[in-house]
Amino acid sequence: MNTYELVQEDVLCDNDYVNIFSAFKGEEGDLIPILQRIQERFGYISEEAIKHISPFLKISENQIFGVASFYSQFRFSEPGRNSIKVCLGTACHVRGGQILCEAIERELDVSPGQTTEDKRFDLQRVACLGCCALAPVMQINEDIYSRMTVIRLKQILNEYN
Amino acid sequence: MNIINLQKKIKKAQKKWDLLKTSKVPVIYLGAASCGQAAGAMDVLESVQKTLKENRLEAKIVQVGCIGPCYLEPLMDITLPGRPRISYSNVGPKRAKNIIESYLIKGDPRIKLAVGHFGDENCDFTNGIPRFFDLPMLKPQVRVVLRNCGFIDPEEIDHYLANEGYMGIMNAFRKGPEKVIAEVKEAGLRGRGGAGFPTYKKWEICRNSPGKTKYMICNADEGDPGAFMNRSLIEGDPHAVLEGLLIAAYAIGANQGYIYIRAEYPLAIIRLKKAITQMREYGFLGKNIQDSGFDFDIAIKEGAGAFVCGEETALIASVEGERGMPRSRPPFPAVAGLHGMPTIINNVETLGTLPNILRNGASWYKQYGVQGNYGTKTFSLVGKVRRPGLIEVPLGMTLRKIIFDIGGGSRKPFKAVQTGGPSGGCLSEEFLDTPIDYESLGAAGSIMGSGGLIVMDEDTCVVDIARYFLDFTQKESCGKCSPCRVGTRHMVEILESIAKGQGQANDLAKLQVLGETVKRGSLCGLGQTAPNPVLTTLRYFRPEYLLHVTEKHCPAAVCRELIEYRVVPEKCTGCQRCVSVCPTGAIIGPRAEPHNLDPSKCIKCRACYEICRFDAIAGDAIVIRSKRRIPDEQTK
Repeated sequence: MNTYELVQEDVLCDNDYVNIFSAFKGEEGDLIPILQRIQERFGYISEEAIKHISPFLKISENQIFGVASFYSQFRFSEPGRNSIKVCLGTACHVRGGQILCEAIERELDVSPGQTTEDKRFDLQRVACLGCCALAPVMQINEDIYSRMTVIRLKQILNEYN
Repeated sequence: MNIINLQKKIKKAQKKWDLLKTSKVPVIYLGAASCGQAAGAMDVLESVQKTLKENRLEAKIVQVGCIGPCYLEPLMDITLPGRPRISYSNVGPKRAKNIIESYLIKGDPRIKLAVGHFGDENCDFTNGIPRFFDLPMLKPQVRVVLRNCGFIDPEEIDHYLANEGYMGIMNAFRKGPEKVIAEVKEAGLRGRGGAGFPTYKKWEICRNSPGKTKYMICNADEGDPGAFMNRSLIEGDPHAVLEGLLIAAYAIGANQGYIYIRAEYPLAIIRLKKAITQMREYGFLGKNIQDSGFDFDIAIKEGAGAFVCGEETALIASVEGERGMPRSRPPFPAVAGLHGMPTIINNVETLGTLPNILRNGASWYKQYGVQGNYGTKTFSLVGKVRRPGLIEVPLGMTLRKIIFDIGGGSRKPFKAVQTGGPSGGCLSEEFLDTPIDYESLGAAGSIMGSGGLIVMDEDTCVVDIARYFLDFTQKESCGKCSPCRVGTRHMVEILESIAKGQGQANDLAKLQVLGETVKRGSLCGLGQTAPNPVLTTLRYFRPEYLLHVTEKHCPAAVCRELIEYRVVPEKCTGCQRCVSVCPTGAIIGPRAEPHNLDPSKCIKCRACYEICRFDAIAGDAIVIRSKRRIPDEQTK
């Protein structure tokens, strides 16, 4: 068993990492699950997080970043209070997902992958949410909106602060 | 000892199931898979609970998986004691309240709102309601893999057991691994992940490979945009997949199993975790499973979003915690896979089929399908089709039957169907009579793939669709092989310039050469198939490409640089709805007079087109026209 040693002074945060790491043995195969738990807890993968993982799994920070950046799930900037995911799967594309995405960009003045200045929303494009028969689909936090139109958009966005 | 235990558990499960079937109180079934929830099933559930409480009614509520016809979602079914189950479609919270109040209190089943019943053919009660499985979408279908979806509570192992669940693995234990492999060989089962490699062959290689430790992996990384068969199966009947995993592991002699599943499928992951816990409680996981001497355990690995991880060797790299990049084969994973040990990776549907084969025998399974392509296949039928949804058909059915009989065709004239997701091909009308099997689709330049069927009508532009697919695979290319990394990029650029009306005369020839190079020069299935959408559209829809290149005209009015929005003055009533939604103020005009759309301000966001309501009276008052036609009209 690996024991995790404190690297930085920030005790509050460190406890979170210790909690997350305690469920793992410290094998290389644990890297992706650990990254997923960290993102669940903090919303994104910070430089500091990578610094914490490195001694635990005994792999270099470079390698960790290499793996993390390969997968589209991981983000490296702080998310907004609400996360919008616009599905751009095939069925959604055919039924106007791109137009919906652009309408959101216009409405919130934000580009995919970014967070609005007031941190109210972040916007992501995703490959497929798996609700293709209800296209076009978007997801805000845990709520899924199906058969979306540009018209309904404003009203829906107003429900989130 | 264990076997006696199991008999007891089955009896108990049977009792529980019978109790539900012959319930003294009404039973309300809700389709609550991800798609049902997206359509609003949770609001319906809330309304049902509230209505029952307000009226002090007693009823059982069962949340079931997806039964298939997504266009009817949300679905709510009601069974009253002694009566057949009646299905109601497109139920919102209000309608749910209405139906419950009139059926449960007044005994009026609201026949007009019902779509179908699940009783016998000569059931006397159902005056006028058709049988659910006689609906045009369901009649041509069969239910083998999806047999339990929509009927059992997926979070109840007892429901699965009562429906002959885990009988397949018990038969397998009686037969022994060699005979299990022989049975699957006899059934002619081929990998349902897309390539169609005979399942038994892979197993045999793995079984005969030396190695103390072997691994069995379920590939649930359903990355094809436009496909949701695997998600629906896991959400609707997780134990079927797990039993299949157990059977496969037993056949090859693996003691550790993994399920590699997309993190984007949270509900499927929850259901799998619950099911695995129940399996352990019932003695289907752990040491000496049901006294067979076989040990097995399952762990879930959540994918982190990389399409290429559907490829076997990339998936293994990902499970090992590395970048999901494929490696060259041989050695195949069946010889040297996870941690260098013999590993079998089977698709969710392949595994979901196994319990049926082991339970009913190979000859039973072979009644479905055609020579060389036995069995059934699930498809997600989506796009421009009247009745989209999850379907299961015997292999060998024609595309025409699937798209028109089951799917009801498209509203506007049919143009093409994309099979096999982004790796597949776009087939034109002349291929509609092609039977769905691995070889016929391959001969047409497409692939079976995992089962996405995307229907396109005349409003879909093939250049746009080819660009879309290629853009997807280009972004998902892992970057290992230069032809795939650079070639797809270059192809996307060419397609973009064609869509913008900047195409050159030799662009089509360039695309062809590039496409063939990428196919030949890539290690894995992603690169080898990525150019398929472009190559097939070039082959079957060349005139449309030529119109884009030579006349700068997009007949489907999709390519944005080549179209213009206009108000048709004769049809416009001056209602000002479009004025209110236009984000750039491009539409002006006083109330009750035809509006004016200023093309120089228009950003082509489509908001006006969508909100214009005068299609019911006189056709759309706002039209999208290809630019080319405008000068023609002006000269007239």
